[in-house]
Amino acid sequence: MINFIADLGAVAVGKLVRIGEALLMLLQALVVRPKVSSFSRLIQQLYVVGVQSLIIMLVSALFIGMVLGLQGYTLLSAYGSEQAVGQMVALTLVRELSPVVAALLFAGRAGSALTAEIGLMKATEQLASLEMFGIDPLHRIVAPRFWAGMISLPLLVAIFSLVGIYGGHLVAVDWLGVYSGSYWGNMQQAVDFNEDVLNGMIKAFVFAFLISWTALYQGYSCTPTSQGISAATTRTVVYSSLAILGFDFILTALMFGGTV
Amino acid sequence: MRKRWLELSVGLMIVAGVSALIALALQVSGGNMSRNTQNYAITALFENAAGLGPKAKVTMAGVTVGEVVAVGIDPNALMAQVQMEIYGQVDYLSIDTSASILTSGLLGEKYVGLTVGAEDDVLVDGDVIEDTQSALVLEELIGQFLLNFGDNT
Repeated sequence: MINFIADLGAVAVGKLVRIGEALLMLLQALVVRPKVSSFSRLIQQLYVVGVQSLIIMLVSALFIGMVLGLQGYTLLSAYGSEQAVGQMVALTLVRELSPVVAALLFAGRAGSALTAEIGLMKATEQLASLEMFGIDPLHRIVAPRFWAGMISLPLLVAIFSLVGIYGGHLVAVDWLGVYSGSYWGNMQQAVDFNEDVLNGMIKAFVFAFLISWTALYQGYSCTPTSQGISAATTRTVVYSSLAILGFDFILTALMFGGTV
Repeated sequence: MRKRWLELSVGLMIVAGVSALIALALQVSGGNMSRNTQNYAITALFENAAGLGPKAKVTMAGVTVGEVVAVGIDPNALMAQVQMEIYGQVDYLSIDTSASILTSGLLGEKYVGLTVGAEDDVLVDGDVIEDTQSALVLEELIGQFLLNFGDNT
């Protein structure tokens, strides 16, 4: 019994140490005076992390919006209020679905790639050789990837919401014949920019932080073997997905819990 | 050339993201920012405010002119105290304005309807509407109907 409690304590202490290490890594990587040359590395990473995730975001946003339009229409037409489909699609997307789904896709698409890339750099001792040259790999490798994640996910979430809303428009208005004016009109009446859109963007920033941080730390601290890299990549996707869903509940409770 | 293409695509993504955000602001939320500036607060006492909650609409002649902020009990009058915020540009509600709690549709949400009176003085921040008509409670209505029905036979 005592042993069990001691083991539990050891696990908890181990996890806390890992979190502390991860925080230290992030602080060391980010607390630095930005240079002009680091800007071009940021652009490079924005391309890898952001632009290359764009296609998967656009396609899934379109389909999610279309499904929402279809489901909303069938559900609401039972009550004769299918004009409300616009506000349903928009509120669902802007408040919940865009940040969460985009973040989950981002974790799978970009987060895992970051972990594998940095893990492989570590395994092939590129990080060590950078240090030999007197270049801090935290500044050179970790920082631009972190900022690229922080910048691109909120942009992707905004695009995701908009494309999803047009996907819902495609199904509900163009195919099922809801009047376009009531689609947009009900939506505009129901959606508040500060309360809904900006809160969704705050979620996107929090998720971007969680994903980038997890991915970079897992890559930076992985065991430099093929099994180690594969385990670290898996951990990145699992941990960041869990963190996204958990934090989404907390953020939703804070943002919308009181009024709705 | 490769590098130029890379920069171009990143720039395009940033432009697309920012314009998506702007489109969300204009097209989706209709430029519907929370207008907190210059709104003024008025209070109304109702016998019964069943079904009315924060964010409910306050209308005048069917047009939204404000929203309900809070519903509570006035401990002195022991009546429901409904605090409303009226948009700043609506500055022509006379002091004998009456308020009633209405329902949109048969089962729809409750909202406050204001009917402007004839006085020249207007309501200002912190004023109280005295002339009110309470929410229609379906159970009470049915109860009264049954009572009348019993008396007649």
